[in-house]
Amino acid sequence: MITEDGDFVINIGPQHPSTHGVLHLKVWLDGETVKKVEPHLGYIHRSIEKMCESLSYRQYIFSTSRMDYLSAHINNQACALAVEMGLGVEVPDRAKVIRTILAELTRLASHALWWGCMGLDLGAVTPFFYAFREREFINDIMEETCGARLTQNFIVPGGLMADIHPNFVSKTKELIKMFRANIDEYNQLLTGNVIFQQRTKNVGFLSKEAAISYGTSGPVARASGVSCDVRKHYPYDAYDRVQFKEILGTAGDSWERYVIRIDEMRESLSIIEQLIDNIPEGDIVAKTKQVIKLPKGEFYSRVETARGELGVLLVSDGGSTPYRVKFRSPNFSNLSALGHIAKGSKIGDLVAMMATLDLVIPDVDR
Amino acid sequence: MNAEELKQEILAFHPSVVFDEGGQFVNANIEGADVLTLLTELRNRPAFDFDYMFCLTCVDYKTHFTMFYHLRSLTHRHELVVKAKIADVNAPAVDTVSHIWRTADFMEREVYDLFGVKFFRHPDLRRIFLDENWPGYPLRKNYEDPNMIEL
Repeated sequence: MITEDGDFVINIGPQHPSTHGVLHLKVWLDGETVKKVEPHLGYIHRSIEKMCESLSYRQYIFSTSRMDYLSAHINNQACALAVEMGLGVEVPDRAKVIRTILAELTRLASHALWWGCMGLDLGAVTPFFYAFREREFINDIMEETCGARLTQNFIVPGGLMADIHPNFVSKTKELIKMFRANIDEYNQLLTGNVIFQQRTKNVGFLSKEAAISYGTSGPVARASGVSCDVRKHYPYDAYDRVQFKEILGTAGDSWERYVIRIDEMRESLSIIEQLIDNIPEGDIVAKTKQVIKLPKGEFYSRVETARGELGVLLVSDGGSTPYRVKFRSPNFSNLSALGHIAKGSKIGDLVAMMATLDLVIPDVDR
Repeated sequence: MNAEELKQEILAFHPSVVFDEGGQFVNANIEGADVLTLLTELRNRPAFDFDYMFCLTCVDYKTHFTMFYHLRSLTHRHELVVKAKIADVNAPAVDTVSHIWRTADFMEREVYDLFGVKFFRHPDLRRIFLDENWPGYPLRKNYEDPNMIEL
């Protein structure tokens, strides 16, 4: 379609391989230059927030696995933390540590998939197969312990549903060894590639001011120099007992966002390494009542998912179901910055920008 | 700034604010009409410098709506929740803050879509998830859908 101003308007998606889900972008073009990008959302809107209002505090946790399905475990964690905050229960140490290890494994799996898809989006098919090798291994660990590969649903208010599998520790150690070596392989395969660097460097610039104003979080914001790691600033579960760096960038372009995620994988490995030999003995779940009722009030919990800050706002009226649940999803805010990032760039670079924003559309639409 | 200092500073220029006690954050309760004046001050005064809005939402309390603004200052590392009460349940409306924090643009569209709260002077107030002619606002407590099953 051509508008009155002579702009060429095209639709990308909702069924397009590079949008990773049902994202629909309306793009105004002047030649090859992007003048405006408008995301059209709602293709996978399920109104999880409304559904949660009729679920109990035990049940509502599991509906969030389907939001950001690559960080399912971390979403569950956020919900459980909100309920635990309301109840005022102390989670046993063993559960805290296992939760943290599983969360970091989830982050690794998510970043591995992102890395594979990033290559795929820019025309390199091989990385995808390399990334899935590690991802499969992590999914196998998850399957053994949690009983599910993607939507783990392993967390209950107060702790964990079950104890870890006897193989968990040895397999995780095996993974750390393998993953470390393979990150170097990642770098050889894609990071050092000149064509790849040229397509990502100085592309998709997001300034620090804009990153803050758009409310971005996670690697997207950290690439622009915004210190916003929830694990660092508001530690939850076992993050206060491990040493790790918050990786900050300065450039704010697609390349920086790429490098930050690669470095984050190394940090995640180091966090797992510190915890895996020190899983305390003891209970895996704190005692809670069969029917959980939270006191009247609002409870806000937050975690760092693979994409940024996920907040859960629980409004309770004292009953056995939440009065209102709000999920502050990282992808929703990160996506809102896309129009700003893409303005003035070439349409060919749009895909590279979307790849480094690492969007998961069910988390945007909820 | 700690919680007490925040309260004192805010009361100094906006005496009508009422603070909740005992919550996780400092909660500032205001009327819907005061949103723009208070939030502009919170953003612009260097002592507050609330530059990061991490959550914006609405709750339907049946007798009124309440807008929740979760604010954080990345320079001072303090946080504040502003709760604005909208008494008019039939045609709820409030001023937009999307020119102060650009993230509010999408978040206000979401609230408009699911609660029907109108935002004055919002640059692009359209429904974000649902169809333009979708009947009703799903997250309101009085929302009814023929396909909904009562448990």
